[in-house]
Amino acid sequence: MNLAVNNTSLFLAAMLVLVALGISLWQKLGLDRDIVIGVVRAVVQLFIVGYLLKYIFRVNNLWLTLAMIGFIIFNAAWNAKKRGPGIDHALAISLLAIFVSTGVTLGVLVLSGAIKFVPSQMIPISGMIASNSMVAIGLAYRSLNSQFHDQRQGVLERLALGAGLLEASIAIVREAIRTGMSPTIDSAKTVGLVSLPGMMSGLIFAGVDPVRAIRYQIMVTFMLLSATSLGSIIACYLAYRNFYNEQKQLK
Amino acid sequence: MNSLISLEKVNYQIADQHILHDVDWQIPAGAHITLTGPSGGGKSTLLRIIAAMISKTSGTLTFDGQPIESYDPIMYRRQVSYCFQQPTLFGETVADNLAFPYQIRKQVMDTQRVVTALNNVGLSERTLHQPIIELSGGERQRVALIRNILFLPKVLLLDEVTAGLDENNKQIVHAWLRQLNEQDHVTTIMITHDATEIAAADQLAKVVAGRLEVHA
Repeated sequence: MNLAVNNTSLFLAAMLVLVALGISLWQKLGLDRDIVIGVVRAVVQLFIVGYLLKYIFRVNNLWLTLAMIGFIIFNAAWNAKKRGPGIDHALAISLLAIFVSTGVTLGVLVLSGAIKFVPSQMIPISGMIASNSMVAIGLAYRSLNSQFHDQRQGVLERLALGAGLLEASIAIVREAIRTGMSPTIDSAKTVGLVSLPGMMSGLIFAGVDPVRAIRYQIMVTFMLLSATSLGSIIACYLAYRNFYNEQKQLK
Repeated sequence: MNSLISLEKVNYQIADQHILHDVDWQIPAGAHITLTGPSGGGKSTLLRIIAAMISKTSGTLTFDGQPIESYDPIMYRRQVSYCFQQPTLFGETVADNLAFPYQIRKQVMDTQRVVTALNNVGLSERTLHQPIIELSGGERQRVALIRNILFLPKVLLLDEVTAGLDENNKQIVHAWLRQLNEQDHVTTIMITHDATEIAAADQLAKVVAGRLEVHA
């Protein structure tokens, strides 16, 4: 097993960044600043996480593991919130949606014995679940915002006919949930054919028999379906009321 | 005589833009009012306030003797029903639209009643299963009107609903509205710019630059 990227090869691989930087400068994309910030952040964050995880795995303490999962969930909620500008309480809603979707999914995985309650399994899996839930919620927020804007007249007419807020919004809410879930469903359809996703690639890299590696990928596919559907439905059902005022009028 | 709807010193403004000024209006039950005035004068705003689609900035508005704030807006809108100019239809077919008032009341669509309503505005039963994209502007407007009256409201607020209709269809809608008013005792307020409709009005009210003028 040859699993070591030494500092020299990492440094040489950094040339790849110059490709992106070169394209940005050449085509005047104005992305050079963001690329530099992104690369620096990625390197710093990953080094910190690497050492932090090494410590957490060695200590193997229940509370420390839970704290780390909590930290992941909070960060995911914070980022999901940013994709829902204009939605009040978006942080609280995202936090609840990601907490429940991650908690339920992790619970099923642990109880079924698919993963063990050890930090080296719990933390990476939590990260995968929370980040997918975060993306799903972010997409759902964006969909709510654009639909309430584009379909304003239809919502007003339903209200004028005496519809309740959920009845006036249900088509929009459903579409937003669908938008949140669809990338996961699409990738479930093409997994293995187009991409060999992270989980199984990692295991194969580490020398695990592909037939065993795919079992983990199957588990990941299942868990992401659960996480994105729970995250989207909770976020949408809690967020749609934000588009109305106290008098049950469209804002 | 008691008014069904009463407005006292109703104002509406957005930021520093004053759209309605001190509107006082007593609307008796059973009235059939034609509301007119120049575009942008505040007619639609006034009806939307009465329909609880927007809220007045100040003043009092009572319905059946109670302040509008004391009603649940959703139940109130089922009694004071607003029909938009150039309405949007929902879903795929006409039936999707006419089932909506039943859905929100957790009831099954009364097909007999729906067909009667279609016939009353000159549409046939066949229309029921027609895709909404195949309807003409006039047909869409009539389907939208039916949505408002499948469960009879006490008040029907109509925002230039005949504007898109040809003469023949206008006559059908007028006769139907009169029937709703006279037989079913629905109080109606209709916004229009149409000279014939204004000339035929029982009671005429005018909104000019945010102020209401009521003509006997």
